Amino acid sequence: MNSLLSGDFPRSRLLAAILLAILFGLAFAPFLFPGAQPLNVAAKICVFVVLVASYDLLLGYTGIVSFAHTMFYGIGGYGVSIALYSFGPEWGPMALGIIAALAVSVVLALMIGLLSLRVRAIFFAMITLAVASAFAVLASQLSWLTGGEDGRSYRVPEVLRPGFRLLEEPLFGVAITGKILSYYLVFSVALVLFLLALRIVNSPFGRVLQAIRENDFRAEALGYRVVVYRSIATCLSAGMATLAGVLMALWLRYTGPDTTLSFAIMIDILLMVVIGGMGTLYGAVIGAALFTLAQNYLQVLMAQVSEATAGIPLLPQLFHPDRWLLWLGVLFVLSVYFFPTGIVGRLRR
Amino acid sequence: MTAVAVTLPPKPKVDWVPLAIVPVLALIALPLVGSFSTWVTLTVAALAMGMMIFLMASGLTLVFGLMDVINFGHGVFISIGAYLALLVLGPMAAWVASDSVIENVIVLLACIGVAMAGTGALGWAFERVVVRPVYGQHLKQILITMGGLIVAEQMIHVVWGASPIPISLPTTFRGAFVVGEAAVERYRVIAVVLGLLVFAAMYLVLNRTRIGLLIRAGVENAEMVEALGYRIRRLFVGVFIVGSGLAGLGGVMWAFYRQTLTAGMGMEVNVLIFIVIIVGGLGSIGGCFIGSLLVALIANYTGFLVPKLALVSNILLMVIVLLWRPQGLYPVAKR
Repeated sequence: MNSLLSGDFPRSRLLAAILLAILFGLAFAPFLFPGAQPLNVAAKICVFVVLVASYDLLLGYTGIVSFAHTMFYGIGGYGVSIALYSFGPEWGPMALGIIAALAVSVVLALMIGLLSLRVRAIFFAMITLAVASAFAVLASQLSWLTGGEDGRSYRVPEVLRPGFRLLEEPLFGVAITGKILSYYLVFSVALVLFLLALRIVNSPFGRVLQAIRENDFRAEALGYRVVVYRSIATCLSAGMATLAGVLMALWLRYTGPDTTLSFAIMIDILLMVVIGGMGTLYGAVIGAALFTLAQNYLQVLMAQVSEATAGIPLLPQLFHPDRWLLWLGVLFVLSVYFFPTGIVGRLRR
Repeated sequence: MTAVAVTLPPKPKVDWVPLAIVPVLALIALPLVGSFSTWVTLTVAALAMGMMIFLMASGLTLVFGLMDVINFGHGVFISIGAYLALLVLGPMAAWVASDSVIENVIVLLACIGVAMAGTGALGWAFERVVVRPVYGQHLKQILITMGGLIVAEQMIHVVWGASPIPISLPTTFRGAFVVGEAAVERYRVIAVVLGLLVFAAMYLVLNRTRIGLLIRAGVENAEMVEALGYRIRRLFVGVFIVGSGLAGLGGVMWAFYRQTLTAGMGMEVNVLIFIVIIVGGLGSIGGCFIGSLLVALIANYTGFLVPKLALVSNILLMVIVLLWRPQGLYPVAKR
């Protein structure tokens, strides 16, 4: 257990219980919550745990803000999409697509990092914002390659298709289809990636990153090349985000600008990291789970409130289901002020 | 040398190289574009665009220069300024449609006045509630102002609805002047004049008045200015209000140019604004001015010559400038 979690335990009974509940829920999601919608939510949580953990590596551990995380996420998605669409639904092209996407992401991250981190960390936030928006425009314009605004649907290898049956007989009343297999692929890769991230932040390398976050000047004085460490962190984080994008592309069997590159997803990631807790990877798990559940079920609640308050001026508009981001935004601002360590930080006290 | 000789401080050297880039770029583009009249149209359009970007970006760069505060929510002041213009356009619809130049000008000025006052007041509140608690912490500033942006953008949806709102230009500003063979849109000329006026006013205030002296000193070394007995905080609040007001002004101009209002319009130009202030050098007004012109000129020329490249031309410009001068065209002393 110690080596599995790299010695980084939840350090709070309640937190450990919540984490175990989430792990249990995700591990047996197809059997506990049958149906397409809950399985979709579970898969989304798995992917976002990886994505948010990789973002936390940058924001929480190294102390640099990037707005290009969705770009790397998108590169992963488009890598799989282009490979499967052009060369057919085989494992070989898929591996090729993943490797190509990883290479593109890491090189791009290195270039952005060397260009901006050399000067000041704050440049990084602005430059990533600019590059990411240019990339989003590019992806929607190059429609011969990416499918443009509409994106592309493609077929995945046969084992992962809903039509595929692994067992003749249903297991615990659930037919083991390709969809279930594909869920478990997403789940297990996400789990491995999360444990890997845990390993990274608790290694000596991770300690240096935290030192840089606390005081970059001092870290430099102690003999650590801050630029090098920051650049490596950027590349690692970009690579992990790319793999998250790959998982999402495999699960959805569709890749388009709205599911991968949109700024809304970037804001979602920010909210998840901050609400869950910056600087601890368990925050990523809590943030991703809570936020994804809220996204799917909060709007229903808001619609009811909006109807209940019909007739009172302004209130129905405030609680309109489309305005749910307003409330999460308020929550975000408040949590940056009052709970900078997020839910996990609160639970650990 | 006698002891009585008064030595004047050496005149600061003007760095001409970035200044020269703008005309050189325009001249290089002339043979590439080919026809002179097209070139005039493109260049004037770019200058107008550049002026509008400058209006929106100048406040942000000044706020950063003075107090080391980066406001990711700046874009929302642009949107709000544009929406505030609706308060004027609604009641004065008749004057918008009238043929009288004076009435049209009054409408435009009223829009600008309301927008600047509104966004200025909002800037004051924003500084007080959102920015003040997080001085000196870049990470939190970025997060908080981003959160402020999300909330404010959603509030625009709540107040004015989520669908885009069309607005129309006052009658006399529509259409174009025809000079020789080149057509130059009237509204663009107005934007250029207004942008130059604001730049001149800013330049004079910063270089010829006592407040300007203090602001420049504050950009250079805030602690020293405080030690000399000036309240830099008040100065900063003032700059923040003016910066927000300018964003509102830019928002009105931008809205009339696009002729549609959307809550996300500020965020869309925000990206451009960041590129401009990075290219110009964070905190430098002159750099911001040149950066705006460069971004607009390059976008227009590449848009005409190689449309595919236009999408990433701004990024390329930024990369080239940063490779040449990593701190931007006009690096501000200590930062």
